[in-house]
Amino acid sequence: MRWFTRGSAALLALIATPALAQELDLGGVWENTDISTQLAFEPRWFPSDPAFPDQFDGIQFSGFIQPEIFWENDDRDAQVALTPFLRLDAQDDERTHFDMREAYFRRIIDDWEVLVGLNQVFWGVTESRHLVNIINQIDTLEDTAEEDFLGQPMVQVGHQTDIGRFDAFLMPYFRERTFAGPDGRLRGPLPVDTDRAEYESDLEELRPDIALRYAHFIGDFDVGLHYFHGTGREPDFRLSADGTRLIPRYVVINQVGADLQYTTDAWLWKFEGLVREGQGDTFAAAVAGFEYTLFQVLESDADLGFLGEVLYDGRDDDDPSVFPSVLERDVFMGTRLTLNDIQDTAMLFGVTVDTEDGLGGFRLEAERRFGDSWFVELEAQAFLEDDPDNPASVFDRDSFVTLRISKYF
Amino acid sequence: MKKLLATLAVTALIALPAEMVWAVDASQEAKEKGFEIAARSDRSDRGFGDSRVELKMVLRNAAGAETSRDMEISTLELPDEDIGDRSLLTFSSPRDIEGTALLSHARILDPDDQWLYLPALKRVKRISSANKSGPFVGSEFAFEDITSQELNKFDYVWLREEACGDLNCDVVERYPLYENSGYTRQVAWIDQTDFQVRKVEYYDRKDDLLKTQTFEDYRLYNDKFWRAQVFRMVNHQTGKSTDLIFGDYIFEVGLDDGDFVKGVLRRQR
Repeated sequence: MRWFTRGSAALLALIATPALAQELDLGGVWENTDISTQLAFEPRWFPSDPAFPDQFDGIQFSGFIQPEIFWENDDRDAQVALTPFLRLDAQDDERTHFDMREAYFRRIIDDWEVLVGLNQVFWGVTESRHLVNIINQIDTLEDTAEEDFLGQPMVQVGHQTDIGRFDAFLMPYFRERTFAGPDGRLRGPLPVDTDRAEYESDLEELRPDIALRYAHFIGDFDVGLHYFHGTGREPDFRLSADGTRLIPRYVVINQVGADLQYTTDAWLWKFEGLVREGQGDTFAAAVAGFEYTLFQVLESDADLGFLGEVLYDGRDDDDPSVFPSVLERDVFMGTRLTLNDIQDTAMLFGVTVDTEDGLGGFRLEAERRFGDSWFVELEAQAFLEDDPDNPASVFDRDSFVTLRISKYF
Repeated sequence: MKKLLATLAVTALIALPAEMVWAVDASQEAKEKGFEIAARSDRSDRGFGDSRVELKMVLRNAAGAETSRDMEISTLELPDEDIGDRSLLTFSSPRDIEGTALLSHARILDPDDQWLYLPALKRVKRISSANKSGPFVGSEFAFEDITSQELNKFDYVWLREEACGDLNCDVVERYPLYENSGYTRQVAWIDQTDFQVRKVEYYDRKDDLLKTQTFEDYRLYNDKFWRAQVFRMVNHQTGKSTDLIFGDYIFEVGLDDGDFVKGVLRRQR
């Protein structure tokens, strides 16, 4: 919790500075504060027996609460966001966890923007993998979709110019990846000991990371470039002395990457790519594909989309000191149905095929609002890789169905 | 340049050959008069600069069951009639989509540039604007009813004069010139006193009457700019309807180009 204490102190110092308070029109503090809370009940069912000892069998009862507290002054040039997140899990003690998803102060002065605190940053354009997102650590306890992130402490300075937006990030504290505990599903044969993480840098989690970002759009093209230097978000693992645990180890990397989208008529053409140095041999990885939408299909209000993406990851398979990628040479095909009804009903179905081993898995997501404040989501994920040489095969007994019933108030 | 949503009125694509013949057949005089009336209406709004307004969207199904959503729209006028206006629409309810925002750079005959912000993922997505005729957030308003309000997006033909409520109106037919419109044509009633749109009928691709939109409770802001405080859209084919109920408009907010770039979407929530 060190990062939180320090982040909050910095935040308070900024807000409480009398000079700043004088300069800022603070408005009515309470009138300008919006609080919205999501409370979710989320059972997750694993139809197969577990693969490893200690793992639970059957239904994982869980739920979370996420209040979002947002304040903005009347001039809209100062903002504070606080988004605590707490999950309780009946089966996996590690999955019962707390995080500050956001806790930041943002100040906007003309074309400049400064943000201090914890935040989440999303850069990608593709659907099957979010390759270029490097700012935030993934909260893998939440889901396998890699769309849940831990709040990252940062100072971000952004500048909008006529030729695009430039951002610089200084990240003073590293967030470790979360992993399922010994009782939990969706883990390998040995649980990861997150209390004993090791680092290449002597400064360990206090080694600052930096990132630079450029983003712009030119006509139908949206372009993003980034550079990252710091502790990589993916650990490698070594066996503990007693041979019962995996010890994660985080190394320092350099990375450059690009994301690109070309939007024309009903087509979106997408690309994400990166080159990373420091994690084993230098390697490149990329995702490229399209999304095509038939609007108002069959004279209904619904839109039917088709997605296709190819994935490549050139990291060294055989190097045990490199975090394995399960998407080395894969093809993703998907379809998205959006009903455009009052309840915002939508479905996404995707299949991943490994070009070497065949079918890798599929995922179905469906969601719908009920009334004004209830939201129901269903997610089904099947892991079909059973070749023991493929790292994806460790999950082949962990196919699951998640039901998430959320109440907003 | 029309303010976004301020006159949800308009016409349709010259999609059917019959319509095209009709449009060509209309006398040059009727076309010029139609354009003049539309231009006068459009230009009555010129110089508003920028504005911001909160509104409530009330959606009603055929059985009369209601649901609503709240949003805010900021608009920046670009005085050049060959470039469209900029707008930013942000939802505050329902709660699960709170903070969702749509940024539009309207163009004239080229597709608009649009970005959607999804606050749950903090993701900005450039979206296709080919979806002109699709329903906007489940309502009876199509995307084009909201975003395609630029003068030069249409050809016009003047039809006749007739009474509209207490006023006298010119009735003008409008034909969308942009691609992917869901309409063959629209018929607009524009009053001769304040030059504001009072009613629009929308004809679908089969040239059947699809929807009627009425504009109610016009208020004059800053002694210059008329804004209808209520839009009512009734779909005759489904029996569903959507009302937009606007709060007080704020002009001269002080918005500029920099408030309508995709980088600002992340600040919406």
